[in-house]
Amino acid sequence: MPLIYLAALVGLPFMFNILLSFQDVNMMNLTKLDRPFVGLRNYREVFDNPYFGMIVWNTIVFLVLSTVFQILIGLSLALVFDLGFPGSAYMRGLFLAAWIMPGFATGQIWKWMLAGNSGVINYALEQAGIIGGPVYWLSDPSLALYSIIAVNVWLGVPYYLLLISVALAAIPKDLYEAASLDGATRWSRFFTITLPLLRSTLLALIALGMIFTLQQFDLIASMTSGGPVNSTNVLQFWSWQFSIQSFNLSLGSAVSVLLLVVVVGIATIYVLATRSEGN
Amino acid sequence: MFRAIKCYAPSILAAMIVCIYLFPIYWMYATSFKGPVELMLYPPTLWPTDPVSNHWDVFNGRNMPRYFWNSIVITAGTLAITVTFGTGSAYALSLKRNLWVEVALFSILLMQALPPSLMVTPLFVMFNYVGLLYTPRLAVILALASKSLPFYIIICRSAFLGIPKDLREAALVDGSSNIGVFFWIVIPLARNAILVAATLLGIQAMGDYVYSASFIYDQKLQPLTLGLANYVGVSKTDWAGIMTYSSIMVTPILLTFMLLQRRLVSGLTAGALK
Repeated sequence: MPLIYLAALVGLPFMFNILLSFQDVNMMNLTKLDRPFVGLRNYREVFDNPYFGMIVWNTIVFLVLSTVFQILIGLSLALVFDLGFPGSAYMRGLFLAAWIMPGFATGQIWKWMLAGNSGVINYALEQAGIIGGPVYWLSDPSLALYSIIAVNVWLGVPYYLLLISVALAAIPKDLYEAASLDGATRWSRFFTITLPLLRSTLLALIALGMIFTLQQFDLIASMTSGGPVNSTNVLQFWSWQFSIQSFNLSLGSAVSVLLLVVVVGIATIYVLATRSEGN
Repeated sequence: MFRAIKCYAPSILAAMIVCIYLFPIYWMYATSFKGPVELMLYPPTLWPTDPVSNHWDVFNGRNMPRYFWNSIVITAGTLAITVTFGTGSAYALSLKRNLWVEVALFSILLMQALPPSLMVTPLFVMFNYVGLLYTPRLAVILALASKSLPFYIIICRSAFLGIPKDLREAALVDGSSNIGVFFWIVIPLARNAILVAATLLGIQAMGDYVYSASFIYDQKLQPLTLGLANYVGVSKTDWAGIMTYSSIMVTPILLTFMLLQRRLVSGLTAGALK
C-alpha cells in the first residue's frame, strides 16, 4: 500500500518528467494529456542557452568543494572530539543545532552576517587584518558562489562529524596501543590505521555528501536566487526557475532530467557499495 | 593546578569551537534585540547594549500566527501519512528477505536521493492535472510525505530488524494474532526509532521551502518559511525585523532539538549508514 503511494508520487513523476522533457509544454496545453512531441528540441534549447556552460560549471564547483570541505572539516572535528575529554559527547551533539535549522532561515542569517557594510564577518576579518576594506561576499559575482559553498559546508559538517565519530569509535583501541608500542608516531598511526579503516565510511560519505549537495536549494533561494547574473545558479535551481518562475516546464523538465541522471548514478553506486559492505 | 588545566584544556578548547561554530545562531538572537540605530553601528556590538524587543510586533504585524498554523497543518499532515503508511511497510520489509524485498529496498534508497527541486516540475504538472493545486497545502503534504517515507521506512526497518524473533514467536504461541504482535510488541519496542525518525522529519517539514514555494500561491495558506520570504521581499534591509522573524520561527525547532538531543543523536548514528 505505501509502496503504491511511493510509486504514484515518486516513480510516476520520475517517468512523467522524462516524457515532459520531450514534449512542448505551455500554459495552454498544461491540463491536456496529449501534447506535441518535439524530440530533442528542449534539450537543444538548454544546451544553446548562453548560461548553460557556466551553470554546469557552477554545479560541479559547488558539488566538489562542498563535499571535500564538509568531509575534511568533519573528519578533523571528529578526531578532536574522539580524544574523549569531559563533555565531548555532549558538545559534539550540539553541533547538530546547525544542521537542523531551516535552510531558508539559515540563508538569511548568513546573508546578514556577510553584508558588505555592516556585516559582522567583514568586521572580524578587518580586525584580524585579513581584508583591507569591505568585501561584498554575495553581490560580487566572483565571490558569491564560494560564499554559498562556505555556508553549505557550515550546514553539513555536523552530520559528517557525527557519522565519522561513529566510525572512529568502531576502530579497536588495541590497534593503536600495539602501534605505539612499536614506536609509531601519532601521524603515522593516523595514516596507517585510522585512514585505511575509515576508507569505506569516507567513500560512502562522499557519495552521500554529493547527494545532499545536489538537493541544496533553500540556501541559494534565500541568499542570492542564483544571481548576480547566474553566478551562483546551479542546475537544481535553474530547473526550478524555468518551471515555477517562468512556467517554461519543457525546459525545466529537460534540465531536471539531465541532473536526475547524475543523481541516480551516484545513488546507485552508493547503495550498491553500502549494501555489499553490510552483507 | 597545572594538572587541572591540562585535564580541562581540551574541554575548554572544544567548548570554544562549539561557540564559534554556533555563533550564527547567537547572532540571529542578538540582532533581534537591536534597535535601528544600534543595528547599523560599525563596529557592531557583540551584545545588544540597548535591548529593544519588537518580537511581539513582528509576530502580529507579519501575520505569524497564520503562518505558524499553516506550517503545523503541513507538518502534521506529512507526519500522519508517513507514520501511518511507513510503519506497516517497514515491518513488512523487515519480516522477509527475498528478491522483491531487495528490489523494494533498493528503489526506496534511490528515491531518497532525488532532489525535491527537480521533482517539482513533474509534480506540478500532475497536481495541476488532477486539480490538487486548488488545495495547495494538501499538495505540499503529499509531496513532502513522498520525500519523508523512504527515510522513515529505512530507520524503522533497521529498528524492527533489531527485535529478537523469539519475542514475536513467543507471543504468537501465547495466542496473539499477527496484528496484536505488531501493535503490542513490535511498535512499543521500536518506539525510540519511530520517535527519532518522526521528529527529524517533522523538523524537515517545518523548514520546507521548495514545495511550498512551488505549489502555494495564496498567502493565507503559506507556511512560515514563505512568510519569511515574503518579509524579505518587501523589506530587504530590515535586518532586525528579519532576524526577529527568524528567531521566532526557529525557536520551537531548536527547543525540540534540545529536549530530544540525546535520542536524536543516537538514532541518527544507528540508522544512518544502512
